[in-house]
Amino acid sequence: MTIVLTIAVLVLVAIAIWQMTKIFELSQIKADNSQVANDKDNKYNGYLLFAFLIFIYGITIFSFAKYGKFLLPEAASEHGGEYDSLMYISFVIIFIVQTITQALLHYFGYKYRGEKGKKALFYADNDKLEFIWTIIPVVVLAGLILWGLYTWTNIMDVNDEDDPLIVELYAQQFNWTARYGGEDNELGMANVRMIDIDKANVLGLDESDPYASDDIITKELHLPVGRKVNFRFRSQDVLHSAYMPHFRAQMNCVPGMITEFSFTPTITTEEMRQNPEVIEKVKRTNKIRAERAAMGEPNSDPWEFNYILLCNKICGKSHYNMQMRIIVESQEEYEAWLQEQQTFGQTMASMN
Amino acid sequence: MSAIVQEHTEDHAHDHGHHHKETFITKYIFSQDHKMIAKQYLITGLIMGFIGIGMSLLFRMQLAFPGESFLLFEWFLGDWAPDGVMDADIYLALVTIHGTIMVFFVLTAGLSGTFSNLLIPLQIGARDMASGFLNMISYWLFFISSVIMVSSIFIEAGPAAAGWTIYPPLSALPMAQPGSGLGMTLWLVSMAIFIASSLMGSLNYIVTVINLRTKGMSMTRLPLTIWAFFVTAIIGVISFPVLLSAALLLIMDRSFGTSFFLSDIFIQGEVLHYQGGSPVLFEHLFWFLGHPEVYIVLLPALGITSEVMSTNARKPIFGYRAMVASILAIAFLSTIVWGHHMFISGMNPFLGSVFTFTTLLIAIPSAVKAFNYITTLWKGNLQLNPAMLFSIGLVSTFITGGLTGIILGDSTLDINVHDTYFVVAHFHLVMGISALYGLFAGVYHWFPKMFGKMMNKNLGYVHFWVTAVCAYGVFFPMHFVGMAGVPRRYYENTAFPMFDELTDVQILMTVFALIAGAAQLVFAYNFVHSIFYGRPAEQNPWKSNTLEWTAPVKHFHGNWEGEIPHVHRWAYDYSKTWDNGDYIIPGQDYVPQHIPLQENEEELQH
Repeated sequence: MTIVLTIAVLVLVAIAIWQMTKIFELSQIKADNSQVANDKDNKYNGYLLFAFLIFIYGITIFSFAKYGKFLLPEAASEHGGEYDSLMYISFVIIFIVQTITQALLHYFGYKYRGEKGKKALFYADNDKLEFIWTIIPVVVLAGLILWGLYTWTNIMDVNDEDDPLIVELYAQQFNWTARYGGEDNELGMANVRMIDIDKANVLGLDESDPYASDDIITKELHLPVGRKVNFRFRSQDVLHSAYMPHFRAQMNCVPGMITEFSFTPTITTEEMRQNPEVIEKVKRTNKIRAERAAMGEPNSDPWEFNYILLCNKICGKSHYNMQMRIIVESQEEYEAWLQEQQTFGQTMASMN
Repeated sequence: MSAIVQEHTEDHAHDHGHHHKETFITKYIFSQDHKMIAKQYLITGLIMGFIGIGMSLLFRMQLAFPGESFLLFEWFLGDWAPDGVMDADIYLALVTIHGTIMVFFVLTAGLSGTFSNLLIPLQIGARDMASGFLNMISYWLFFISSVIMVSSIFIEAGPAAAGWTIYPPLSALPMAQPGSGLGMTLWLVSMAIFIASSLMGSLNYIVTVINLRTKGMSMTRLPLTIWAFFVTAIIGVISFPVLLSAALLLIMDRSFGTSFFLSDIFIQGEVLHYQGGSPVLFEHLFWFLGHPEVYIVLLPALGITSEVMSTNARKPIFGYRAMVASILAIAFLSTIVWGHHMFISGMNPFLGSVFTFTTLLIAIPSAVKAFNYITTLWKGNLQLNPAMLFSIGLVSTFITGGLTGIILGDSTLDINVHDTYFVVAHFHLVMGISALYGLFAGVYHWFPKMFGKMMNKNLGYVHFWVTAVCAYGVFFPMHFVGMAGVPRRYYENTAFPMFDELTDVQILMTVFALIAGAAQLVFAYNFVHSIFYGRPAEQNPWKSNTLEWTAPVKHFHGNWEGEIPHVHRWAYDYSKTWDNGDYIIPGQDYVPQHIPLQENEEELQH
């Protein structure tokens, strides 16, 4: 019903605008009809340009005030802090430039609106000015580039220092599977050609590979806090992208290729749930969900915060619901959970 | 090629009143006159634009009201919206075709096709393109490819739905999604024809600009529009063939069992035979076109803005040489930045570093252009015609959208916003909205030249202001949705409670989008109405300097009765004065290009 109303309102707005312009036109019939802007048009549109500048500032302030709190909470990974600072600095620069340039553009539009008989200044060149506004972006961008590249090189350097945990994230339409190296922390060989659904070998592990038999395959990603994790990504069908926004981490999963990413989780799920921002977010969200429940709508159960892995590369019909929960916990909790899981060898044995 | 031109030259030299005998078909359908072809491009492009924008309104409604039933969906989508609820597959198809239509059919063909065709011969002083025949074929191939693209919407399994970037394997395997069957085949065929059309057009533009300039029209006297079209055509010739090769290889993979882009695939219970290909290779080939494409779309819009802004500010464009240098720098850099779409595709991170470097470099000429536009307004006598407003609007969205490019072009920062709504907001502002504003500026400004009529300025003002407010209303809040981590191309965001509170933002954006859509109807009405009932135009309504305004309002093949005007100065002698402050030509604040230098007048610029 609201929809019909919305559309009706829109149609009415459109008609109103049309009518208004009609009236405006009719009232102008005696005025000059050249359809070229005259002093009056210049005046009104000059004022409107100034108003538009205020609108741009307004929507910026409005968005920050109203939507600023929707942004992701503090980064839950080691490199995430660095990422967030770089993002913050970039935004500061962007907003300074945005505020100044938009002001100049629209203010000039307002200030120098045309009038009959006014003379424009013939001003075609100024090497000094142009040099200044070439060199300023050069310097600022050089700084950003250097900082960005330094951080990038650190993040993308996936190495075996500090005894990282090896985890494979396996993507398929439309779900995720995680595989741990097991006791030896070494992933067994795998290829889609070895997939045997009848034997529940869904990731195509090489059954004859000794490294594979202690691998642990799970549908939930558990990570011990404070230990570096080296991820290997595989996909069995189309491109997917493993997106873990809370950890500022993302990597595509490419069929026929193994991709890598590495990060160290620093905040456990429990700790993150105590983060004031997150508490607020959960409160807001559960209010919406409670309203839904009251209306008898689906998807209204109360929500508890969890880290999440999303698919972020278009992969087909259910792309919008390809997710896996991530739990970051203490080393002990992690080990206890791992103990409960079956190894690949055990699964195979139980099938035979 | 030049034979045709020669023939006209003689034709007109000997007999002014006589023109070719033209039938309805040679005049309106298979016309070889660049002005008619420009109009054909424009109208086809606008129709495609309405289809593309209409699609975006449909999926914006789905995003704001996920899973709701709409009568509108039932009307337009039929079986794909059982009980009026949009299906997830058709959602992806709408997103895909919207992107394809807007980028290629509206902003490449509709913008560059229209104005390159209209303005290149008229502004350089030529009777027509180097080859009118190739030009005609170029349009008709574009028309055929449009028809194929639109008809793909009506096939049973649905049109292509793998995103406008059609990354394989999703686009290669019909088992992966229904749209990758016949729908994708038609998409590829349509695009192959489109590329052929674009190449013919571009080669023609390049040859025409190089060879057919009138006497006195040196390269440094070319209006910036022509520089923009010329360089755009060059980028097109360099990059479009690469897309053709990508499309051909994809056709081979799909239909003939080759493995260029596919390897190790297990889908729907069986292993496929593909071995050794790489989807990353496709991404490289696609973006080798895809990124220059952004500038193919944008440069003509910037060129149009330069011309419109200078004319309406009654001032020369500031820093003509810097503008030309920026166009060249942007064009060069645009071909070596494609990897910034692929930072997290699995390619070597070192390559990512290189692409970050080149990408942030391109911000420099872009910044120079923006500053030069602002300085052009300074101390002007701004005639705020609708075209001028759209030009100012373009600079505004170009800055707003361009600045977030600093975030996305930085490989580090890209990690967490890649493929989120942040990207969608960024490119819609910087290339989508900006280029559309360029298109509108061009239509309002050159409508008198194209149709001999004036568009209604008040409807133009309504069109501009509603559109300008709504464009920011849609895309400014969208950045926040992206930074909250919402991925693009999600049919609905209800599967993640963490996105629940963002539904309000989605509703706001959709309302703005619907109003913006309605505003385009004002434009459509104004456009059609003015063609038939508009006020007849004077020859030079905007008091502009460029050569097209020396040609009579009435159209005929050959543009000028009698001799082609010669050029004696650059295109930007607005408000040029003698030392005592009087205008060069008394009582007139502009000196058209064909007016010789006055006695003692210095040719100051360029």
